[in-house]
Amino acid sequence: MSGTSAWHAFTALLRRDLVLAFRRRTEMFQPLIFLLVVVSLFPLGVGPSPQLLASIAPGVIWIAALLATVLSLDTLFRSDFEDGTLEQFVVSGHPLTAIAFAKILAHWMVAGVPLVLMTPLLSLWMNLSVDGMVVMLVTLVLGTPVLSLVGSIGGALTVSLKRGGQLLSLLVFPLYVPLLIVATNAVSAAVAGLPYTGQLGLMVAGLIAALTLAPFATAAALKLSLE
Amino acid sequence: MNPIMKFIHLMGSPPWFYQFSGRLIPWLWGLFVVLAACGLYLGLVKAPPDYLQGESARIMYIHVPSAWMSMMIYALMAVMGFVGLVWHVRIAEILAISSAPIGALFTAVALASGSLWGRPTWGTYWVWDARLTSELVLLFLYLGVIGLYSAFDEPRKAARAASLLALVGLVNLPIIHYSVTWWNTLHQGSSIGASGSSIHPSMLWPLLIMALATKFYYAANLLSRARIRLIEQDQRKNWVRELLQEGTA
Repeated sequence: MSGTSAWHAFTALLRRDLVLAFRRRTEMFQPLIFLLVVVSLFPLGVGPSPQLLASIAPGVIWIAALLATVLSLDTLFRSDFEDGTLEQFVVSGHPLTAIAFAKILAHWMVAGVPLVLMTPLLSLWMNLSVDGMVVMLVTLVLGTPVLSLVGSIGGALTVSLKRGGQLLSLLVFPLYVPLLIVATNAVSAAVAGLPYTGQLGLMVAGLIAALTLAPFATAAALKLSLE
Repeated sequence: MNPIMKFIHLMGSPPWFYQFSGRLIPWLWGLFVVLAACGLYLGLVKAPPDYLQGESARIMYIHVPSAWMSMMIYALMAVMGFVGLVWHVRIAEILAISSAPIGALFTAVALASGSLWGRPTWGTYWVWDARLTSELVLLFLYLGVIGLYSAFDEPRKAARAASLLALVGLVNLPIIHYSVTWWNTLHQGSSIGASGSSIHPSMLWPLLIMALATKFYYAANLLSRARIRLIEQDQRKNWVRELLQEGTA
């Protein structure tokens, strides 16, 4: 298989997944609504004190983003697995890594980007300062692709299981720990007026590492699930 | 073929592995019992109490070897999983997945003994200390591997999926460890450090003996578990039938 045909497969699959997601809009909005509901529960649970909300805001928004991502990860490969499309991808002869990467990219565009767009609203709710909001936006732009990339490994491993959803969260959350630590710390540092470029640098490094390694692991996991 | 390669090839054969490990296991258990008895006697009776922490420092003789083992077993599990995934060696898959519960056990022991030691020393059962937190995440990683393995019906597919997850976890483990350490230094000053830069030999020896004892425990437990898993998987194969007939005859 030449490089151009792999590129064709990649773009075709990306387009198909985006069209499919657009036609199932209500499904697409569910994780977003979930995100809004989870964040809105925090002021109700801990009290509406603006200082308290501002101090826990980075953690709350980021944890809600993790939860929303994991919620949508379970469906990442499931429908393709159930109707046999995934098997066709494997026998098509196109590199499975490119196919996995297209699926991951589509997932990020459908699940990750809307999440980033919600940040201003969530930051308002959580009384985050403007500096904090801007850095929160940057960390989410850098971090949500990592959520999709690393999470896709878990999604691929559990796709052949009937009830993989609960297991998926157990598999994926420990892997998200470094990202959560660095991202929330960058936002807290920005709010406190401290330098945060180091944290953002670490996040870029994490993104590059996930970009280069995760699609291979996801492809291996997909092949395994189809055995 | 040189003897080492020949040995590795032989270990890949289920009947040979079964026979060999069967002969090895009593020795491993025996060595563990002798070493653990010596180590515990030296550590709990002979070694002097710590001048700062008193008698509670003796938890170290259980806690430290368990923490070491929890990390070593994870690495070994991932390495064996890698061998199983790449070269389709079934014994390696079995060894990898049999390591997970033992590793989880050591992690749990390290966490529990650490928190019991924390009560008299730090005045609380739990602090979000860097090492405790890393160890907790490690426990979650182990539970993920065990959970994924038990979710599949087909044992070989299960072992391969769990091995892949263990490998992903191994890549992540250093990142998790360093990020947690970094997080901890930002949020609180370093907790009480080690009581001294060098450990007196009367306290070092029991620690080293216990570290060795836990390695034999792991080897013995691992081989015992792997043997059971192997004959369970191969129960319809000829060599297991022959084994059973030998046993009844």
